[in-house]
Amino acid sequence: MNIQFREQTDSVAPLTVKTAIADCDIHPARATRTELYPYLAKRWQHHLEVYGVHAYQGMMEGPPYPKAQPNASRRDAYPPEGGPQGSSLSFMQKQLLDPNNVQLGVLNPLNTGQGIRNHELSAALCSAINDWQIDKWTSKDKRLKASIVVGNEDGLSAAAEIRERAGDRNFVQVLLLSRNVEPLGQRRYWPIYQAAEEAGLPVGVHAFGFGGNPITPSGWPSYYIEEMVGHSQCQQSALASLVLEGVFERFPKLKMVMIEAGFGWAPSLAWRLDKVWQRLRSEVPHVKRPPSEYIREQVWWTTQPMEDPERREDLFDVIKWIGWDRLLFATDYPHWDYDEPSRVLPAGVSEANREAFYLGNAKKLYGIA
Amino acid sequence: MARHVIAPVDELPPGTRKFLEIDGRPIAVFNIKGEYFGLMNRCPHQGAALCEGPLIGLAQSSEPGEIEYTKLGEIIRCPWHGWEFDIRTGQSYCDPRRFRVKAYPAHVEPGASVVKGPYVAETIPVKVESDYVVVEL
Repeated sequence: MNIQFREQTDSVAPLTVKTAIADCDIHPARATRTELYPYLAKRWQHHLEVYGVHAYQGMMEGPPYPKAQPNASRRDAYPPEGGPQGSSLSFMQKQLLDPNNVQLGVLNPLNTGQGIRNHELSAALCSAINDWQIDKWTSKDKRLKASIVVGNEDGLSAAAEIRERAGDRNFVQVLLLSRNVEPLGQRRYWPIYQAAEEAGLPVGVHAFGFGGNPITPSGWPSYYIEEMVGHSQCQQSALASLVLEGVFERFPKLKMVMIEAGFGWAPSLAWRLDKVWQRLRSEVPHVKRPPSEYIREQVWWTTQPMEDPERREDLFDVIKWIGWDRLLFATDYPHWDYDEPSRVLPAGVSEANREAFYLGNAKKLYGIA
Repeated sequence: MARHVIAPVDELPPGTRKFLEIDGRPIAVFNIKGEYFGLMNRCPHQGAALCEGPLIGLAQSSEPGEIEYTKLGEIIRCPWHGWEFDIRTGQSYCDPRRFRVKAYPAHVEPGASVVKGPYVAETIPVKVESDYVVVEL
């Protein structure tokens, strides 16, 4: 008999010891529709049941596309106990935090109370999301830190929520989205920046949102793939607005984080802004310095989705302009365009730059010891 | 090249796949309409468990407005980034020059030959009167 028997294994690859990293864009999800109810006044529970939410965007349920995968997520990220991807802490620990040695994970909940026309409901839902982030995530795993979700279209209630959470070390940044009713430099949003600056918290601007405007500047496109590239166009308008409305001039200690919209476009936007500013500065005399200076001093960038040029030197040229001290590694877990930490950075990066890229910059920006 | 007995045919009916590890390598074996295919269960792009993705067809277009959908159930789509591979060959449709997933020949052998031949069984108690799915690597 020449047949050998041996144990079959369906286990995953053994855990390897990896360098500690920060993951600056993790999306926690609610397991059930009513998971926020314990954090919402009865009045708002009833409101949701009777009236639902009224978004700026026509599509009431939010995403106008199936987003390539169910819930725009990795197909292997369904928790074993059921529920949508990103809704289980224990599975997130097992699939993301532990094997990748994530030392700091920054939570950015989406589909929250942002972009809702009823500003009182928006504020209530955002506050509920923030309580929920503490209860369900950050108090249960010290590696995780939350973003303060605010009712973005009502600067005053947003500022109140920031002041309420200021000093609570469960939170490390304020979260806005890139698609708003108006470009982010407009005055209606200034109370948010003022409160964030006072609290010493960076403001993260994550791609997406439901401002009611088309997803591209030239109108509604046919394909999801156009939305994917539209994020960087949208983020460019947001950043130009922040510079040209004078937000960085007015709030010099404000730190902004551009999340999930790429960074390869940063130099060309800055060069273009500088050039037109030299010629048109009398229109915006409150912008006292070349736009690129504000951008390089006050803006950070999360990496996912990393640009992937054919020549890696091209990527290094862009990063050199931005600064190796300005990039924050992110996976975007559990979403389908997740970046795998061990595969994302090409060879040829110095040890110091690698450490800054994967962990050091994030710890410094978010004030994590 | 070693040949591994991985399942009696009854345990791998059409439309199913089986995951296993052979010599430390994660492998998936598919039964597509009675034909068997083995693939390395690791996406060459960023390392996801490729074969946990859905089996889809191949959408191709000769010109805008014309779409042909062929190879139904023969294209595996990575559960992470959606990269598409032909399970018959392991060829990538995103970047066929640079990326290919290792494909392993798989077929059915009668039990009598499995018992006689130079095969390795995974956990399969082999009987001569049955047929077995065999993968080569």
